[in-house]
Amino acid sequence: MPREQFDRKLREIHDDVLIMSSMVEKAIQRAVDALRNRDERTSNAIISDDLAINAKRYEIEELCIHTIALQAPMAADLRNLVAVLFIASELERMADHAEGIARITLMLGDEPLPRPLAEISEMGTRTVDMLRRAMTAFVERDDQAARAICDEDDVIDTLYDTAYHAIIQEMIRNPADVQRLTYMIWTSHNLERIADRVTNICERVIFMVTGQLEEINVSRY
Amino acid sequence: MVIDVTNRPDHGLADRIAAHAETPPLHERIADIAGPVVIEMDGLSAYYGGFRALHDVSFRIPERKITALIGPSGCGKSTLLRCMNRMNDLVHGFRIDGSMRYRGQDLYAKGVDVVEVRRRIGMVFQKPNPFPKSIIDNIAFGPRVNGIKGNTMEIVERSLRAAALWDDVKDKLHQSGLALSGGQQQRLCIARALAVQPDVILMDEPCSALDPIATLKIEDLMRELAEQYTIVIVTHNMQQAARVADYTAFMMMRPDRAGELVEFGDTDTLFTTPRDRRTEDYITGRFG
Repeated sequence: MPREQFDRKLREIHDDVLIMSSMVEKAIQRAVDALRNRDERTSNAIISDDLAINAKRYEIEELCIHTIALQAPMAADLRNLVAVLFIASELERMADHAEGIARITLMLGDEPLPRPLAEISEMGTRTVDMLRRAMTAFVERDDQAARAICDEDDVIDTLYDTAYHAIIQEMIRNPADVQRLTYMIWTSHNLERIADRVTNICERVIFMVTGQLEEINVSRY
Repeated sequence: MVIDVTNRPDHGLADRIAAHAETPPLHERIADIAGPVVIEMDGLSAYYGGFRALHDVSFRIPERKITALIGPSGCGKSTLLRCMNRMNDLVHGFRIDGSMRYRGQDLYAKGVDVVEVRRRIGMVFQKPNPFPKSIIDNIAFGPRVNGIKGNTMEIVERSLRAAALWDDVKDKLHQSGLALSGGQQQRLCIARALAVQPDVILMDEPCSALDPIATLKIEDLMRELAEQYTIVIVTHNMQQAARVADYTAFMMMRPDRAGELVEFGDTDTLFTTPRDRRTEDYITGRFG
């Protein structure tokens, strides 16, 4: 016996989560691009668009709370909504990291980048890809895919390590660039945290499917 | 946007979830319990004449816990409950196969004193059914016929207090039990069951005729009673099972219409991560 009303509500909520995740994906990608292109206008747009992402998060939360209160979901349905609550909050925080990168671009102003983005660019591309696949795992309820994505966080950690050490070396060589190089550390740290949050989303997907709450890949940072 | 929201898998119970909750082997679906066992069923089948109402039910009821029996109508919950104090003996043509043990003793062995069984394993029914007598007489009747010695007023007060009814009725003990509200009448029936100092209380949908406030009062009372008594409750209200029960048994009707036990386990697990797909479908409202 299908639960038409409940299933329709769940579909609405899932659609909203996907819309939110695409907003976040876009924010991360644009933040890294704007840093590379020194694009203040886009950076300002990312900062103001963050308000819409925050609003979306509260909208999803409200929908989940109403659905839990009115439909009294159980078992897989309940896990699904609880997972959505956590995922929405992770997405919102990821957008904050993207906003952080946008602010760094603004702080750099007209000054040149102290070094090529290299690892930062790759971290950006990889985290966006991880997020996209994590959301596909969510939609398809694919716990195996979610597990595999968690493992990829190690690659991001390694890239972060490489960037961090290279930037420190650069600071030693050119103390005058310390401030701008610090911005680079902040940027890579933001991306590293975004990847951690993708891992958190994957953990929620696994919980949603299997009912098991487990920490899959503990970040080194 | 990369994910196409218009063309993606169905939001119903997806196959992947099904893979985690198909039909695992019986021993994985029937949890063992920690602590002392009060009632133990092994391969229990029940028949009304030629009709088999229960099919091979095996599980154990833990002491001083609340165990809920849930499942769709006709799945044999009430039959199973009534087997626990031989209430079905009153039905012509009723018989069982397998064993039903109470504290290690076969309840259906020859020579078992059925009156004593029902004193130790009391019952509260769906509809409050006080005797058309005074509140005192309702309570005192059981101890009197069971030859329980002691000060009647003490027994009455103790039982009414235990059923959280004393404060409501202490000034009108000589009034008819039928003059009470539905919730109070049900608590009177619980007090009546407690008066004969039972070990187990069986409750057959005890709140189905009560309003939500009276229901919550009975549920609170059940939690208190579980400190001293073993309680088994049949309920159609899954939220009630989730709220009050420590353990839950989910039953279903087989194709031959006999009821079978699908899953038994602690309530937390059964309502959040059931092991069997059929339990999942039932508690998420997609079956029944």
